[in-house]
Amino acid sequence: MEVGAVIKHDIKKAAKTGDWRYMKPVVDKEKCSGCSTCVSYCPDASIELKFYKEGQKDKADIDYDFCKGCGVCAEVCPMKAISMQKN
Amino acid sequence: MNQNNKNRIALTGGAAAAEALKQIEPEVMAVYPITPQTPIIETYAKFHADGEVATEIIQVESEHSAISACVGASAAGARTVTATSSQGLALMNEILYIASGLRLPILMVVSARALSAPINIHGDHSDVMGARDAGWIQIFSENAQEAYDNTIIGMKLAEKVGLPVMAIMDGFNTSHCVENLELLPDEKVKKFIGEYAPEKHLLNITEPVTYGPLALQNSYFEFKVDQEAAMEGSKEAYLEISREFEKLSGRAKNYFESYQLEDAEQVIVLAGSTAGTTKDIVDKLRKKGQKVGLLKINLFRPFPRKEIIEALKNAKSIAVMERAISSGTYSPIYQDIVSGFYNSEHKMPAIQNYVYSLGGRDIFAGDIEKVLKDLEDNNPPAGGSKEIKYIK
Amino acid sequence: MHKDIFEVTFHARGGQGAKTASEIIAQAAVKEGKFVQAFPQFGPERSGAPTKTFVRISDHEIRTHEPVTDPDVIVVLDETVLDSEAVIKDLGEDGLLIINSQNTSEEIAEKLKFKGKIYPVDANGISMEIVGQPRPNTVILGKFVQVTEAVTLGGVISEFKKIFSVKVGPEATEKNIRAIEKAYDTI
Repeated sequence: MEVGAVIKHDIKKAAKTGDWRYMKPVVDKEKCSGCSTCVSYCPDASIELKFYKEGQKDKADIDYDFCKGCGVCAEVCPMKAISMQKN
Repeated sequence: MNQNNKNRIALTGGAAAAEALKQIEPEVMAVYPITPQTPIIETYAKFHADGEVATEIIQVESEHSAISACVGASAAGARTVTATSSQGLALMNEILYIASGLRLPILMVVSARALSAPINIHGDHSDVMGARDAGWIQIFSENAQEAYDNTIIGMKLAEKVGLPVMAIMDGFNTSHCVENLELLPDEKVKKFIGEYAPEKHLLNITEPVTYGPLALQNSYFEFKVDQEAAMEGSKEAYLEISREFEKLSGRAKNYFESYQLEDAEQVIVLAGSTAGTTKDIVDKLRKKGQKVGLLKINLFRPFPRKEIIEALKNAKSIAVMERAISSGTYSPIYQDIVSGFYNSEHKMPAIQNYVYSLGGRDIFAGDIEKVLKDLEDNNPPAGGSKEIKYIK
Repeated sequence: MHKDIFEVTFHARGGQGAKTASEIIAQAAVKEGKFVQAFPQFGPERSGAPTKTFVRISDHEIRTHEPVTDPDVIVVLDETVLDSEAVIKDLGEDGLLIINSQNTSEEIAEKLKFKGKIYPVDANGISMEIVGQPRPNTVILGKFVQVTEAVTLGGVISEFKKIFSVKVGPEATEKNIRAIEKAYDTI
């Protein structure tokens, strides 16, 4: 029994909360400017900037295993590059 | 007590606790002032301003913030301390359970004071009794010397068992009363307390951990039972640390102090500064031939029921005197004593619940003498008298 | 002294420094190897309200925490407190009353119907004359030492210096000490 319920988090054992999603965010990687605003705002830390194309900045990439579909990223994206679509 | 007065100084209980904190030198102290705790943190702030301690003192906007900051600091691995009273302690309430649930060794010096309403800034035990279920270890002090000793013992105990500790002194009666005491040398206290080096903490980035996860129906129960085992286990640790402290200081500490208890027929059980007045009365009545005694509680949570009941087993009648009401029922210590007897193999003597000194009302030696005389005269039937008696 | 513990009650108004005076006595006694207690009667913390402050001095450990009800000495820092409080009711006939007053002991005895020894001292006057400010609380300590010999004059002066020399500076400290000594010398 972990003392004080202080746990070492093991991502492999984590429940895939992506199952909770109703709508999912879809990133238009051409519109995305790689500004990382959505990265900071995501309450589930489920967005990373990842390599997209040679000669371009890393673009927003959603981890659909954990994204709960809250829509904050779509709301804050300055390029309007993210849209919420049916799962 | 040592009659040789060479090393003695005299301080208020609050200043004495501040001296102990200076020697402990916590890394973080998050505080908010409230009467009658304020002299503790003001004295400590002066040490800090004079460069005598390197503590990070965080002045927050309320006691709720103070204890929250302490939880954060302690979870981050810092030796953490705070101080409060009364409404401040009550305001901390939700976080108290979090501190103990997360098993954080936070030390809190409490200058016990009455709870409003109506407003009263003077001493009684309502505030700490109100927090007795929060999973904090609670140690009471009789005077400035004990306030100093228990602050040091409390810090070591907290870090040893991984539970937060309240080192309690009576508000005003002890916190604002100048009394003789002996301070231990700095190096001895520092050696006794040692370094705080927790295995798990938030600033450990090589082995990151999560504090305060969700525990659903399938695991919360087990965590609480596990926490309770730690609370029970802290009794043993308290004794070990007390024995070490006795070697250091020459002052014996135990779950409770037995004063003329061995063959006592009428016994008073209480906690706090009134123990001193009671000892004088016990001596006076003993000279007149009445077999009276005192059991003064030091460790209240966890409640050392076996040992306390064992010490009380030969009493004919017991007066449990308390500076708190537990609304709608008998007072806290009384409940623990009665249930302790029920759950032992000893026959329960007459046990009477007295409530005294609420809101800082003075209690006189004469009042205590009357309690002991009443116990002797009334010789109540075993099982105790049914009504709470108020010494007004 | 008719009992084991020497007990003093100060009567003053909040803010007049009775607490400081009691602490000076307590600390001076501790330096002489005594056991002490010093504490105010706890009430609303308000300037101007009548207050009591208690001091106990003993050669033995002091355990009781009740208020002083049987003082050996009562020190009155503010005469006007006598009007609103039954100040001397706890003082027996062999008790001593030290009072900051310009009246004579006969006048005070008449007013209070007190049969014990009265030691008036014009603490306000002395402190105005020497210090330039009304600071009766420390001045009256001089009289206290002379009358009771519960602590030494040197002890009181030393403790006074400890508390005040940084606060008020060397010149004012010296003046206050002279005022304490003057009170000690007056009959």
